[in-house]
This record gives sequence, structure tokens and C-alpha cells, in this order.
Amino acid sequence: MKLCTEDLGYTTPGGARLLDGVSLTVADGETVGIVGPNGSGKTTLLRCVYGALTPTAGRVLLDGDDLTALGAKARSRRVATVPQDGQAGFDLTVRQVVAMGRSPHKRFWEGDTAHDEELVAAALTRVGAEGLTDRSFTALSGGERQRALVARALVQQPTVLVLDEPTNHLDIRYQLEILSLVGGLGTTNLLALHDLNLAAYYCDRLHVLRNGELITSGTPKEVLTSDLLAEVYGVTAEVAVHPATGSPTVTYLPASR
Amino acid sequence: MILTALTAALAAATLAGLALGSVRIPPGQVLEILTGRAEPSPFRTIVLDVRLPRVLQGAAVGAGLAVIGTVLQALVRNPLADPFLLGVSSGASVGAVSAIVLGGIFGLGTALSTTVTIPAASFVGALISLVLVYALARGGGGGFATGRLILAGVAVSYILTALTSLILVTADSADHLKEVLYWTLGGLGSARWDMLALPCAVLAVGTALLVALARPLDLLLVGEEGATVLGLDTARFRAAVFVLASLLTGVLVAYSGAIGFVGLMVPHAARMLVGAAHRALLPVVALMGAVFLVAADLAARTVAAPQDIPVGVLTALTGGPFFLWLLHRSRTHEGAPA
Repeated sequence: MKLCTEDLGYTTPGGARLLDGVSLTVADGETVGIVGPNGSGKTTLLRCVYGALTPTAGRVLLDGDDLTALGAKARSRRVATVPQDGQAGFDLTVRQVVAMGRSPHKRFWEGDTAHDEELVAAALTRVGAEGLTDRSFTALSGGERQRALVARALVQQPTVLVLDEPTNHLDIRYQLEILSLVGGLGTTNLLALHDLNLAAYYCDRLHVLRNGELITSGTPKEVLTSDLLAEVYGVTAEVAVHPATGSPTVTYLPASR
Repeated sequence: MILTALTAALAAATLAGLALGSVRIPPGQVLEILTGRAEPSPFRTIVLDVRLPRVLQGAAVGAGLAVIGTVLQALVRNPLADPFLLGVSSGASVGAVSAIVLGGIFGLGTALSTTVTIPAASFVGALISLVLVYALARGGGGGFATGRLILAGVAVSYILTALTSLILVTADSADHLKEVLYWTLGGLGSARWDMLALPCAVLAVGTALLVALARPLDLLLVGEEGATVLGLDTARFRAAVFVLASLLTGVLVAYSGAIGFVGLMVPHAARMLVGAAHRALLPVVALMGAVFLVAADLAARTVAAPQDIPVGVLTALTGGPFFLWLLHRSRTHEGAPA
């Protein structure tokens, strides 16, 4: 079971090349991070994977099946995402929002069965949000909302989970919480992260993007080096293995005092 | 529970609608007439041939407009949408008036062709204006900012209303002018038994279909990208909803004119009762819309009796301030509307 992109490219109708010739792989059960500066194409890459964008070049393959050739429904049974902005336009309960994740498995006129209710309850328990079931989704805090959306992705019963900056706007405690949660789900995870220390700790492997191109790939130890940070981000930084976590830790050094 | 209460309210409103008017008929007698136990009398004629079709049409139009409002609000993800405000009703009016005028010119004014051509033309007008407003109001990220939505709706609505006036003024139909004018203001005064079948059938089928589509309608609430990743073919579904909403608007407007704000107020009140999920919401919306318009029409023909005020004037008088309140609230809740 493996997700891979082959020479993936996306050019906007206006001619801006946001993604160019990206070939990467995510192995079964791996948690893989996409890192890179703002505008490097992280979000574009993820949107091509979860189907919000149709790539203008190349393919996204899941176990050999071309995801872009699958319909929206067939794709959503295999790839789920936690959207960056998870606002519901109108007031729905957490239960209703999570139950939407059953849609890929339903004919459009079908209601939720007892089995669906069980899956929703189990997913909410798994993300530690069972107490939120009957709360209004719009009234949740950022961290609670993010957990509810992870639960929604879980009831989709996907093979691959795609998360775009899941820690955005969250307090540090919830950042750690959501990433531990995702890492422990047993799904194959592809995440875009801007915090390199979090990426180093939670991801098995990293892919580095710059200007829409894949610069390098490897384990956090292989990828996160002073040279790469200088080249890709234009910053001076020291990288050391933290004694407590065993992961590389990046310390940024100001250019001048 | 809520449905039972609303059904009772609809029965009460219907009874009041049949009993009250320029001639008061005791409710007991109305019930006798309805159950067929009364002797033929002028009262019987008033109840069965004048008031009953009007009440039924009011219920159908009220239910339909409220359902359309709910669906349009989901489609644009904005609680300030309404068939009247978005110019969809104006589009339907242009279609209907064109059909009336052209029908007069080409001598198509037979009963059969008018019952089909006017609603059909009205549907086409509604569909064109809905697609136009949607395209104009759509912002960069596929979102619909309140300001853009209302501006697009108002602009399209103005153009279409002017077009209706132009057709009316230039057409050689001065004798029908007052009748058509009354109709464009939105009234139920022309209700007749033989004109009830089509709107009722379209309402029943349309609402049933939309209830069946409750799941994808819910998905629209999380936005286009959210709906896509949950497996909805948004382009196809949106097209289907466009057609259904325009069909309902077209047929209802063809019979009752453009009655505004029902589709704005009723869905809002219903969401406060049962939430935004459409399977529970749509039946409640339909019943509330029916109760609301039957009651509003009763007020319209009794407050200034024997004057018959077009019910659209009354709904605008109550709906306009409601809209302004919603607009104010949306500003305090989400910052300035872009």
C-alpha cells in the first residue's frame, strides 16, 4: 500500500507554475511531512492529492490507481483530509459535522444507520472529543474543532489522511496533542507543517519543497541540516539531536545582533 | 413534536382563512361545508370556490418559497439569500410577463397553453437570473461575501424589473395592466381551482426531491472544497439544485407573482427550532412557510377590508426590517461584510 506522485505539476489558468515535476512516495503506515517556505507549493501539492485541484501534469497514484481518474466519491473513500479552514457556514452539531464523513459510503438519499452512529461515537471517543458530541460546531475552540474534523476524517475510513497545517492557530499544547493523535491512528499520513521542530519529532520522513519543486527527501536527521536551512529558507541555524527526544532540533540564529 | 404543532397551526390558519374575510362565516359552519354536510348556499360558494383555493395556493406558495430560500442559502452558504433578494423571482416575472404579452400577440392565450407556457417561461427566466447572480456574486475562493451577493442580486433584480416594466409599457395590453401590476406585487387574489394542480404537484415533487437530497445539501454547508473531499461532485449537484430551485420559483411566481422575504424569514426561524441539517429542516420549513403565508394573506385581505392588499406588500413590510436586522447581526458576528 503506497501513495506516490509522478512528475506532479500544477500551473494556474493564469500561467503561474505552483508545482513542477514533484515525484515523491509515502509508504504504508508512514507519517510524512511536507516542509518548505511559504509559497513553496505545500498546499497545492496536498490539494492535488486530496482532489480539490486537478493536476495539470503528472499523476497521483494510490496502490497503482490514478486518484485523479477516480470520481470524487471513490476517491473520498480512500483519501480523507482535515481542511485548513474547517468552518461550517451554518450551525450544525459536532455529531452532524462528523457524520458527514460517512457520505462517501452512502447513496445520496440514505440517512445514517445505527452502524454510522456507532462509528461517529467511536471516532469522537478516539480523538477525545466524546463530550463535545451535542455541542454546536461553530462554538468550539480551535483545538476542539480540529479534533472534531479529525474524527470526521476517521469515519471516512480512509487509507490516507492528508492534513494541511493541522497545528495552525492552535496553542502549543493542542499542537502536540493533535500531532500525537494523528501519528497514533495507524493511517498513512501526509502533512504540511511549517514548524520544523514539530515536523522532525512527529514525521518518519520529510519532503522539502521550494518554488514548487522537490529539493530533497529523507528522514528528519538526513534532511534537516544547517546547509539545507540556509539554502531553502535563507536562515542561519544550528541543528542538534535533542537528548530527550532523539530528534533533530533546529535553533535559529539571528543574522546579526 | 414540532411537526405536529406546525400541522395544527396550519389547520388553524386554514380554518381562519376560510372563516374570515369581508363576510364572516362561523367556524362550525365552515367545517360543515368542508365535510360536505351543508346545503348549497352563498356561504358554501364563498368557502369552497373563493376562499379554499386561495388558502391552498397560499399554503403551497408559502411552503415553496420557504423551501427555495433554504436551498439557496445552502447553495451560497449565506443566510441572507432569498429568491426575491437574489433576483430569481424577478427573472421568473420577466419570463412570465413575456409569455403573457407574446401569448397575447400570437394568440396563444388558450387555457391549456397559458397554464403551461407561462410557468415554463417563468422557469427559464428564474434559471437564467439565478445562474447570472451566482456567477457575479462568486468571490475568488468560491465563497460568497454578503456584500457581493446582495449587490449582484439587487443589480440583476433592478435590470429584470425594468425589463418587466418595459415589456408591460410597450405591450398593447393596457386593459390587463392593473391585473398584471397586482400580480407583479405578489398576490393570491387570482387563485382558482383549475390553477392549483400544477403548483401543488411541482411543490410536492420538488420538496420530496430536496428532502431526499438532504445529505448533499448538508455537505454544501461546509463549502465547495469541503464537499468535494467528502465525495460530492459539486458541479453536477449544484446544477441539479439550480434547476430544481428555478423550477419551483418559476412555477410559484407564475401563479402568485413575486412575494418577497418569505424565503428569508422562514428558514431562519426554522433553523433556530431544529438546526441546519436539511433532513429535519426542510419539512419544518415547508410547514412554517405555509402557515406564514396563509396568515399573511388573511391579514392582507382583512386589515384594510374591503381593500385586498397584495400579500407581497405585507411580507415586504415585515421582511424588510427583518433583513436589516439580520444584516446588522451578521456584521457584529463576523466583522464587516466584505
